[in-house]
Amino acid sequence: MSEIEAPLIEARRVVKVFGGGLSGARHTTALDDVSLTIPAAEPMLAAVAGESGSGKSTLVLHLMGMTRPTSGQVLYQGRDLVTRRRGDRVQFHRDIQAVFQDPYDAYNPFYRVDHVLQVPVSHLKLAPSRRQGQVMIREALERVGLRPGDTLGRFPHQLSGGQRQRLMVARAWLTRPKLLLADEPVSMVDASLRATILNELRQLHQDLGVGILYITHDLTTAYQLCRTILILYRGAVVEQGTVEEVISKPKHPYTQLLVSSIPRVKGAHDWLDSKAGETADSERSSAGCRFANRCPAVMDRCWREPPPLYRTEVGSLARCFLYADRPEVTSDVAGRELASGPAANGAAPAAAALSNDKPESKD
Amino acid sequence: MAEAPVLRVQNLRVNYTTRPGLAPAVNDVTFSLRPGERLGLIGESGSGKTTTAMAIMRLLRPPARITAGRVLLGDRDVMSMNQSQLRRVRLSEVALVPQGAMNSLNPVMRVGEQIRDGIAAHGGQREAAQIRTRVAQLLERVGLPPDVARQYPHQLSGGMKQRVAIAIAASLQPKVIIADEPTSALDVVVQRQVIATLAEVQKQARSAVLLIGHDMGLVAQFAHTVGVLYGGRLVELGPAEQIVSSPRHPYTRMLVDSLPELEGKQRLVGIPGLPPALSAMPTGCPFHPRCPWAFDACRASMPPTLEAEEGRQVACHLYPKHSSLPEPPAPPPAQEPADRDAAEAGHV
Amino acid sequence: MSVALPTATQEVEPPEGGILSLLRRGRRDGRVTGLLIGGVVLFVCIILFGVLGPVFVHQSLAQVGAVDPNLPPSGAHLLGTDGQGRDVLAAMIYSTPETVKIGLIAGAIGVGIGVVLALLAGFFRGPVDAVIGAVSDSLLTIPGIAILIVIANHLTQLTAISLGLAIASLSWMVPTRLMRAQVLSVRERTYIAVARMGGESELEIAFREVMPNILPFAAASLVWAVSSAVLASVGLAALGLGTGDVSLGSAVYWMMTYSAVLRGEWWWFGPPMIIIGLLFLSLLMMSLGMDRFVNPRLNDRG
Repeated sequence: MSEIEAPLIEARRVVKVFGGGLSGARHTTALDDVSLTIPAAEPMLAAVAGESGSGKSTLVLHLMGMTRPTSGQVLYQGRDLVTRRRGDRVQFHRDIQAVFQDPYDAYNPFYRVDHVLQVPVSHLKLAPSRRQGQVMIREALERVGLRPGDTLGRFPHQLSGGQRQRLMVARAWLTRPKLLLADEPVSMVDASLRATILNELRQLHQDLGVGILYITHDLTTAYQLCRTILILYRGAVVEQGTVEEVISKPKHPYTQLLVSSIPRVKGAHDWLDSKAGETADSERSSAGCRFANRCPAVMDRCWREPPPLYRTEVGSLARCFLYADRPEVTSDVAGRELASGPAANGAAPAAAALSNDKPESKD
Repeated sequence: MAEAPVLRVQNLRVNYTTRPGLAPAVNDVTFSLRPGERLGLIGESGSGKTTTAMAIMRLLRPPARITAGRVLLGDRDVMSMNQSQLRRVRLSEVALVPQGAMNSLNPVMRVGEQIRDGIAAHGGQREAAQIRTRVAQLLERVGLPPDVARQYPHQLSGGMKQRVAIAIAASLQPKVIIADEPTSALDVVVQRQVIATLAEVQKQARSAVLLIGHDMGLVAQFAHTVGVLYGGRLVELGPAEQIVSSPRHPYTRMLVDSLPELEGKQRLVGIPGLPPALSAMPTGCPFHPRCPWAFDACRASMPPTLEAEEGRQVACHLYPKHSSLPEPPAPPPAQEPADRDAAEAGHV
Repeated sequence: MSVALPTATQEVEPPEGGILSLLRRGRRDGRVTGLLIGGVVLFVCIILFGVLGPVFVHQSLAQVGAVDPNLPPSGAHLLGTDGQGRDVLAAMIYSTPETVKIGLIAGAIGVGIGVVLALLAGFFRGPVDAVIGAVSDSLLTIPGIAILIVIANHLTQLTAISLGLAIASLSWMVPTRLMRAQVLSVRERTYIAVARMGGESELEIAFREVMPNILPFAAASLVWAVSSAVLASVGLAALGLGTGDVSLGSAVYWMMTYSAVLRGEWWWFGPPMIIIGLLFLSLLMMSLGMDRFVNPRLNDRG
């Protein structure tokens, strides 16, 4: 991993607390000491998984520079985002793009869909001339399998959800970003189209070197698309590692609960019968681990002190006292591992598993 | 299984009358439910699944109109009932857990009152104490503590609200419970709890359940029988395991193939093209523009629904000539963007 | 989360332009109701009455002393004449536009100010929001008509524009408040984040992305603002603080001064009341119809 070049985006021990203060409202910790490093050199293909309330959306807002951490920092190319200069803004938006969850809400109903494509071209100075800009737009649309003639000039309500979402991917591609934040890009899209859109994301990564951070609650698609994964629970990183390790052999009880709650299409019909998640004592509040009140393996210690991250295997981390005999890892070290993942392990198994025709060239 | 079906939907057709020339949203759909059976209807957007559910309860509003078919509850046709008969039938015999049930609860009424209202409206001339007991009983059945009755909907989580909706639906032990996407917008852990609740409640009330959904994994795990809707047509119906392991209809097969799994990394395959719009429905079989097995007959005429064997239906011109789905005639089309968009537009 | 509604509306239509097709779509959505159309038609009729009327009736007939006073309706004077020798019909025709003009000017300025302030307050929040809110709230506690009387008394030149401005300066608060609430909601939409990622500056986003989406509410506010401006101008004129040109309010002033009611001259006090009543009726119908327009019954989520 190159230490020479500053990472593209780095969230360093970010804490975000809402509420509290003068209003007297109960404060909520949306993010608790979360670190995530997105390297400049090699494009990453990682997932951030969590359910509602996990803080994953708040994390995305931080990475997009749309909110400030309560403590900790978010750095863009080594410089704090909060104090960034105006001049940086254009480059920042070129480097970092996003695709959002709701294909209906992502379009201003007042304008035709061309608006959403033309704004970045003009404001981020993506093309030397208007005509060149048009050419770029058409190329981007075709790349995601949309026909310009059938898409341009229409209003958002005249396109289907799947088309709108693909158009968003085309729009993100226009700036040739180094990182694409994909915030639940397919959860509101039909099942048969999901694979197509996810493939498009994967191709952007493999063929065009775009880093992808896939934010989702769907572990199955995270498993299929990404190399490494980070599990968030109520603002804290509870587990991190390669998708094979985390999903096939989950260490943290919450991850285990998540994985066992997934209904499998094929395979045994015991999903309904599993009693996962039905634990008592959900009323007791914990000063320690946030999962204590739902954890089947909870110990006394868990209620009193919050566990640190432990290294369970090479490249794998879990925040649980069950692994207290393993070495402790701090949040910022953990953050740097998400991208490199199995680098220390040797990447070959993970690469071959992405059964595509093109062999992995990096990693 | 010689029991008489508790619900029979026969040749149901629903049209949207916004403009002439729109294809039916539900096109000649036939299926039945036996007592205690769990039937899952799968479909993507535009398949007509929610419209079907609403039609069965006669809850459709213009511009949607039921233009043909019967819905037999026992031996009475719901389509020929008047408003007061319908009111009696709804909730006591057929109950609905609507889509977004968490938003269909009255925000200014306590939860207990809402459950009680349903019971009382159906001639529950019981005393207050009896009703209170019943409400507590229902809440317990869905896994909620009895003091939830005193709370307002906004004080409950999404999963809890959904379970309240299920409690209301089960309150009069109806013969059929229709659950329309009961777990959309819920997290996977809560989702499992809600579906388990539905199963539990169904067993206790001895109701049949019609579960409408788009998540094949979820539906296949819950339902005994699965029906697949596409373009308003019921293209396949059969026992859940068979539908998933040996689908007969090309759409079912491609849908199952497109679902990501947790056992080993695989190539992500979607179904190229888009579901057809009602204003641009292809001639003949609605799926043929996206179907690798399509041949001339598919463009020319709508495939009839065939009963392959007991409890197994399929609507595809490949049958009854074939006994199971053959390998596709050519590899699934690696389409050029231009071709792909032609398919998307729904034209041949 | 799954797609919510059955997608009969998910038809890929060729892009349509033009008012007529927008109206047709509006009709289908349930946004454009008979009430709205009726209100608009009535309003337009009243305006036409004032605009086309001069073609048939000469202005001189509306001047003081043009004809014999206090004559009941007859063939020569369809609505009789008033106590100052004006033909009532002529007076109505020439005074209606004046009233409507003041109403429209005041309403438009009030809503214009409201849109800008709502955007600044609602989108940028912080100190700007606090200041605008404080000013707005304090002005709302003051009875507008009292201030207007004071202002009107002191204005050296009472023209339609100056009166309109005066009225507008006290009627921007309600539109601002209404539209600010909408701005607060619109700024959370995903397409605002998308615009930011596209490089739009905050000010651009406020006026280019947010503003078009509060225009329906601006239109609704406009109807309200015009109603209250008409009311204010009629009131002021009835108190003798009008522009001096003949207007509906001034007609009320004169008929009060000359005790038209006591004298039973129904042809004199009737018409202004009826026209004012119809004007308000049309504005009321439009504002009720606007409610539907802004909040259609069917959720437009494809």
